[in-house]
Amino acid sequence: MKNIIVITKRELYGYFATPVAYVFLVIFLLLAGLFTFYLGSFYERGQADLSAFFDWHPWLYLFLIPAIAMRLWAEERKNGTIELLMTLPITLMQAVLGKFFAAWVFTAIALFFTFPIWITVNYLGNPDNGVIVSSYCGSLLMAGGYLAIGSCISSLTRNQVIAFVVGIAVCFLFTVSGMPIVLNFFSSWAPQALLDTIASFSFITNFMDMTRGVIDLRNIIFFISLIVGALFLNVIFINKNKGL
Amino acid sequence: MLIKVNQLTKKFGPFTAVENISFNLDRGEVLGFLGPNGAGKTTTMRMITGFLSPSSGDVLISNLNIQEFPLSAKKQIGYVPEGAPLYGEMTVLNFLKFIFSLRKNENFNDDKSIYIAIDKLGLEKVLYQQIETLSKGYKRRVGLAQAILHDPDILILDEPTDGLDPNQKHEVRRLITEMSSDKAIIISTHILEEVDAVCTRAMIISNGKMIIDKSPNELLKLGKQKDSTLDDVFRELTLGEEGL
Repeated sequence: MKNIIVITKRELYGYFATPVAYVFLVIFLLLAGLFTFYLGSFYERGQADLSAFFDWHPWLYLFLIPAIAMRLWAEERKNGTIELLMTLPITLMQAVLGKFFAAWVFTAIALFFTFPIWITVNYLGNPDNGVIVSSYCGSLLMAGGYLAIGSCISSLTRNQVIAFVVGIAVCFLFTVSGMPIVLNFFSSWAPQALLDTIASFSFITNFMDMTRGVIDLRNIIFFISLIVGALFLNVIFINKNKGL
Repeated sequence: MLIKVNQLTKKFGPFTAVENISFNLDRGEVLGFLGPNGAGKTTTMRMITGFLSPSSGDVLISNLNIQEFPLSAKKQIGYVPEGAPLYGEMTVLNFLKFIFSLRKNENFNDDKSIYIAIDKLGLEKVLYQQIETLSKGYKRRVGLAQAILHDPDILILDEPTDGLDPNQKHEVRRLITEMSSDKAIIISTHILEEVDAVCTRAMIISNGKMIIDKSPNELLKLGKQKDSTLDDVFRELTLGEEGL
């Protein structure tokens, strides 16, 4: 546990020692605002809730999270620091978890700075704050899911651009897997059970349940097991590729 | 015996990078790995430090197999990987503190050791500087500092003087000689004068195989001419027919 925290701290330090953190935070907040007010028509809807804000989160994360995740392992491999890290008396699992938590804490910080919108909606009306809290939890969990996938893909290459582009592609599949764009491909030949399984992997579906204020154990289990699975693969990939 | 290497072999697909290398190394010995680029020196070191797992054969660190007991074995090793990779965005002090935190345990928990290493390598002036802004010589010294922080019994240095100016080379060699009495040290190099200057034993590796394991003086006697230098011997042994 101690080692995980040490690595998490170093990674977080790495974000804030470079412009990465500030660029990301600014862009994230700008885009979140733009999406909410223009695309989500926050004012025009005339409702005191934040669904115009949260509905865009999967799409926002789709592009921004792979940008955080791409460097996690690709950079270590490119700079050779992975050799330094892996010859210290720590386990690979600790390194993977430490880095993942750092990225997750960082997205939590980004999410935290969206609080003015929460204040705004409370100033303008009487929103259901329970729903908002559950939406924030859902959003953070979903971000964890995207990050775990991104981290896993980052461990497959030493090239950050490749990690970014492939990361977006895979995250896209998970985002839309409940939508016709994916389901139509299978619906003509696959059995209904398979369709349901594919649809249940959808980030949007699982996230939307939580933005309705229902904290369903199934959604939480979905995201947590996805994170665990992706990080497990992450460990395997690094073990296989670290010397190449 | 601090290091026992038994019939170490590493294959990357059809390519055999290291073939059947065996040797023992005890306290007080400085072993120089010599060989042309691509001979397998780095791969051998990566297996000894536990970064790569061997295809066959094993490495025992104080009689512990590094594959079976990686954490206990790695505690006893200080390693400077090829090119001394470091986290460039960190300051020297923060970086050394980070390494210290990961090395820390019940028996090793006095952070004075950080300052001892800083003092030994003359890093006082650059403690608060970002590593990426340092000169090559300083970077290499930071790399060495993290390797000797925990006063390990075993030091493995992959081309520790590569890219340094003559004064810096001299400094690093002085440091190695200074520490050699109570440690087992392996350095790789293709600078032959270095072998003469610091090593008690020299091992020539070519095409993944160990050709020779002798003291530098014995190595000199292998020369065809009376006044052969180490350079001549090295060329005779590693060039083979085509080079003559």
